[in-house]
Amino acid sequence: MRAFSYSRAESVADALKGVVGHGETKVVAGGTNLLDLMKADVMRPTRLVDITRLPLNRIEETAEGGLRLGALVTNADTAHDERVRSRYPMLSRAILAGASAQLRNMATNGGNLLQRTRCYYFYDTGTPCNKREPGSGCGAIGGVNRIHAILGASEHCIATHPSDMCVALAALAAEIRVTGPRGERTIPFEAFHRLPGDAPQIDTNLAPDEIVTAIDLPARGFAAHSTYLKVRDRQSYAFALVSVAAALEIEDGKVTAARLALGGVAHKPWRDQAAEEALVGRPADAGSFAVAAEAVLRDARGFGHNDFKIDLARRAILRALQDAAASETP
Amino acid sequence: MDQRLAELRDTAPAVPDRIPISLVVNGVEKRMEVAAWTTLLDLLRNTLDLPGTKKGCDHGQCGACTVLVDGRRINSCLTLAVMKDGCEVTTIEGLATGDVLHPMQQAFVDHDAYQCGYCTPGQICSAVGLISEGQARTREEIRDLMSGNICRCGAYPNIIAAIEGVLGGTAPAQAKEDPA
Repeated sequence: MRAFSYSRAESVADALKGVVGHGETKVVAGGTNLLDLMKADVMRPTRLVDITRLPLNRIEETAEGGLRLGALVTNADTAHDERVRSRYPMLSRAILAGASAQLRNMATNGGNLLQRTRCYYFYDTGTPCNKREPGSGCGAIGGVNRIHAILGASEHCIATHPSDMCVALAALAAEIRVTGPRGERTIPFEAFHRLPGDAPQIDTNLAPDEIVTAIDLPARGFAAHSTYLKVRDRQSYAFALVSVAAALEIEDGKVTAARLALGGVAHKPWRDQAAEEALVGRPADAGSFAVAAEAVLRDARGFGHNDFKIDLARRAILRALQDAAASETP
Repeated sequence: MDQRLAELRDTAPAVPDRIPISLVVNGVEKRMEVAAWTTLLDLLRNTLDLPGTKKGCDHGQCGACTVLVDGRRINSCLTLAVMKDGCEVTTIEGLATGDVLHPMQQAFVDHDAYQCGYCTPGQICSAVGLISEGQARTREEIRDLMSGNICRCGAYPNIIAAIEGVLGGTAPAQAKEDPA
């Protein structure tokens, strides 16, 4: 690891002061992704601001009947929280599908949102990568791209977002609370992560001088009919090739509300609201779900090694929706 | 040339100061000064002379570096020592009580839950963390919750059996019950 200087923020204001005007400063909490990337020489901050002592480590009820997940609550504590388990089982399940028990004990909710792609070209400093070094090219296009995007990619980047938690948060329509020198603001989940376009080096719409303080879950948790399905190369401790967060509300055999988001397929957690809306009013059966799967994947495109993901995603969507329809409790 | 060298010397970035921290390691308070970039793993092995914690991948993928911080299992390779100022750290060296092995250590011995032994300290610390987390009830859950610890020798069946034994309270005779 390259040398850097370190300071510990004692308050949110302190943390913001530390970040402002220091281009190569990074905020650190769990450190599970940032320190790994620093060891790999992919990220080279000259200064770290440790925010682990800030009072952002609680899970609280919101006035709207939802839950506010503090940015510093660990992934493990979030997944095992009784309120999250009972009211948002899809989220709990998604978190527990990611990483290992040790990493979930370290990684924070804010950090989970901000984790960077696991594209091998991003990690390999000997290869071009527009995300790591803008303008250098994309090693994955025309390279080995088995794990790469099938939706929303650009000619500059076909990397995927690696999070499981974020796929469930997208399906739940969570909101991200951030604070910065211009005050606090709330970012709808779908507007938080970006598609690569011509600036794949920018992962999110969080400004460089802002920090995430919390994730707000709306009251509607789809606890009765929801699931998180993750397909990967080994059963545990592997990133998703394709994952699906599926949530339904069903009355008299008909879908009255639907949520559908995919992981492992795009630069951001991929929620498709048109496909969700098309499900409403239809019978909660395989026929409807197959139509939804086709709708989500109508513009999907493979890059060679990852062509299989299109078919895999179609089947995973179908199965996840069927599982969600069948489930009563997780 | 001397003048040029002097100029170059003056443009070198300042090396940040070492930072004073205190940790309770295996029950003993340790005060020291660390560089910001020193991982907890390197501190344990290189500074505190506790080489039981192993460096496998150094990237959080293998689990050999697993230790308990404030009772919770973490990867010490992805942890900056300076960020754990004031915390309690337990390593494999701190599990036994005198000559009496921790029940998990004894279970690993009784079940022959290792071959080369390199991953074993991390496996045992991880398993101790797993038990205190209280989330594993079945063999399948143990397997999933131990997936962050890789064993290249493939001793998994006996590792899982050892943990299952401690979890179910059915571990073979403990060392403390051995009159010898």
